[in-house]
Amino acid sequence: MNKESMTRELVLPGDLLDAGTMKPGEGTYVHDGKIFAAMLGIKSVKSNFVNVIPLGGRYIPAPGDMIIGKVIDIGPSNWLVDIYSPYPAPLHVNEVPWRVEFGDTARYLAVGDTLLAKVLSVDETKRVQVTMKEQGLRKLQGGQIVEISHSKVPRVIGKNGSMIQMIKTYTNCRIFIGQNGRIWMDGNMEDMVHAMQAIKMIDEGAQTLKLTERVKEFLESVYRKEE
Amino acid sequence: MARSVVSEIKRDHIHRLIADGRRVDGRAWDQYREIMVQTNVVETAEGSARVKIGNTEVIVGLKMTVGEPFPDTPNRGVLSTNAELIPMASPSFESGPPDENSIELARVVDRGIRESQMIDLERLCVEPGKKVWINFLDIYVLDFDGNLFDACNLGAVAAIKSATVPAKANGLGEDFPMPVTCTPVAVTSVQIENSILVDPTLDEEKVAADRLTVTTDDNGDLRAMQKGLSGALTLEQVRTAIDTSRRLGAEIRKLIG
Amino acid sequence: MGGNSDMKLIDENGIRIDGRKVDELRPIKIEAGVLKSADGSAYVEIGKNKVLAAVYGPRECHPRHMQNPAKAIVQCKYNMISFSVSDRKRPGPDRRSVEISKLISEAMEYVVFTENYPRTSIDVYIEVLQANAGTRCAGLTAAAVALADAGIPMKDIVPAVAVGKVNDQVVLDLNKEEDNYGQADLPIAMIPRTGEVLLMQMDGHLTQAEFDQALEMGVKACHEIYEMQKDALRRRYAVVSGEGEEETKGLVHAMTEEA
Repeated sequence: MNKESMTRELVLPGDLLDAGTMKPGEGTYVHDGKIFAAMLGIKSVKSNFVNVIPLGGRYIPAPGDMIIGKVIDIGPSNWLVDIYSPYPAPLHVNEVPWRVEFGDTARYLAVGDTLLAKVLSVDETKRVQVTMKEQGLRKLQGGQIVEISHSKVPRVIGKNGSMIQMIKTYTNCRIFIGQNGRIWMDGNMEDMVHAMQAIKMIDEGAQTLKLTERVKEFLESVYRKEE
Repeated sequence: MARSVVSEIKRDHIHRLIADGRRVDGRAWDQYREIMVQTNVVETAEGSARVKIGNTEVIVGLKMTVGEPFPDTPNRGVLSTNAELIPMASPSFESGPPDENSIELARVVDRGIRESQMIDLERLCVEPGKKVWINFLDIYVLDFDGNLFDACNLGAVAAIKSATVPAKANGLGEDFPMPVTCTPVAVTSVQIENSILVDPTLDEEKVAADRLTVTTDDNGDLRAMQKGLSGALTLEQVRTAIDTSRRLGAEIRKLIG
Repeated sequence: MGGNSDMKLIDENGIRIDGRKVDELRPIKIEAGVLKSADGSAYVEIGKNKVLAAVYGPRECHPRHMQNPAKAIVQCKYNMISFSVSDRKRPGPDRRSVEISKLISEAMEYVVFTENYPRTSIDVYIEVLQANAGTRCAGLTAAAVALADAGIPMKDIVPAVAVGKVNDQVVLDLNKEEDNYGQADLPIAMIPRTGEVLLMQMDGHLTQAEFDQALEMGVKACHEIYEMQKDALRRRYAVVSGEGEEETKGLVHAMTEEA
């Protein structure tokens, strides 16, 4: 990574990003041959593409995304899943790891249940289908749920997973991160409180300097105290 | 709809925390969130206040005009209280005329002020049977994170206390401060898993079985109460909630002096 | 427009009753991200106007028949709270607020990339807390900041200002007295960079020459307000150069599949 792309420059909608040498990437638009920011975010240049990495906004599903969903309605042959997005996603009985008879859906997943699922398909009008038919996908029980902006997910994970690994190591919690911004964790009550505080810190300070160090300091301070 | 379905995991988590003697935001059961009160925030009102309790925020304005008294109270001013749950404040609020929630809210706030005789309505009589001051108390919820009853009461009381009666503009002599006799304070608790928690957040309200609002006056006497939600309280829980309301009510009263 | 030009609102030195010059804006304060529940929000003070704007969305569009399978709809609701004006206003929409809401919705629809979010609604709520002439412009100015704060994809941020005529002179950003006793009112919203006009209304009486002068004044003021809008957003997202902790998308997979 060169020095230039490491500078976290805030851009606003309508800000000029490039006047002719680069190609328009995510979060940008072209007007009169120039590239402008289409949203508030951080300017990022990768292989001659200029992008804007959002700092907020709603999660828009893409096929293959691992998400954490919440059952909000039940039909005879499907469940409706809220995926923390403008688009609710149906989960069809053929897309669950169990054999479900017609009309028997409520026996398997109830309204209010939380599940680890994957986005199967998204059509051009953003009609979404999700699936649980893959190893590791399942209903989540116990623990707790935190919701953050989907745009902060990469920061919670950190470079090569360093941030989340650090939180897991200190708190001994099991943590699943959905691409949609929902995070599930399980562990001791005390540990979950700390893990949640750490995640809140990242959520609120995602664009600030030395975030990893600050989160580390925080975890260090609470766990040193307890020993 | 998505928002109205409470995740089982969240519900269980709140229950487990409470069984462990804790709350989601780390507060003690009888601990209030941070309160911020700002008065005279709107010049076009005779009195106004903006109040924050944690992330819950309301703005209240009092407008006064001269009008006719009710026939059964010819020598008393009139108080009319209205609450608006505007869609700005929450993804679950919708545009439209006041629904049962905002009507209940307005009536509970009104009751606390009326029953404590906070406003000396007799001093708001201009000409018995003909002319009295009409008070329009309008409450707008701007940001909703639970416990609207207390926030709206506090906003209403602060707005009334800050008000100046616009006598001059109405050709009735010099302006004078709103005649106020006491400071009624509402303190609300909820019951979750047989525990009584004061000043609930939205997440706590969503899983609560009962809600009890207790409005006390300067002496710590009870002036208005409202039990809400479809659970049942034991007599012991009622007493606990009242004790908390009297104690915290006295502290909150100092804030708005 | 009262049109009562006998009322002296500008003195012989060209100074207005609130001490401003004819081409001077009232003091402006803009803050982004002031509400917790909303996806984006802004608070704007222009002189004695106090306005809040909140954005929710894109979210599922209700009622369903309003959904557009090709794009999001932008629904702005402008409202004056009951005690924002000298005579108490009955709560609820009136004909004036319905018209203003429609115009602001249309202006915002132009700048938002609605095709990114088919079948959804982007809802913008504007609440005037204290009114002193120019509330629709203050409201639109706040709405644009709130939309950007909500992370909504949009072409640009939109400022708005009113220009008018008082004592036969063109003046910028009318206050309440000038609005009541002035001779013309011309609210304008535009994208300063491109010169695209997104809202324009006029009432009163302007000659072609006066209109040209008013427009020039308005455009210049829009540039100023635009900078203040951007400044508010920059303050809210105060960014320092970071250590480059960006992450790739694929990793989320690895993380969730582990355990």
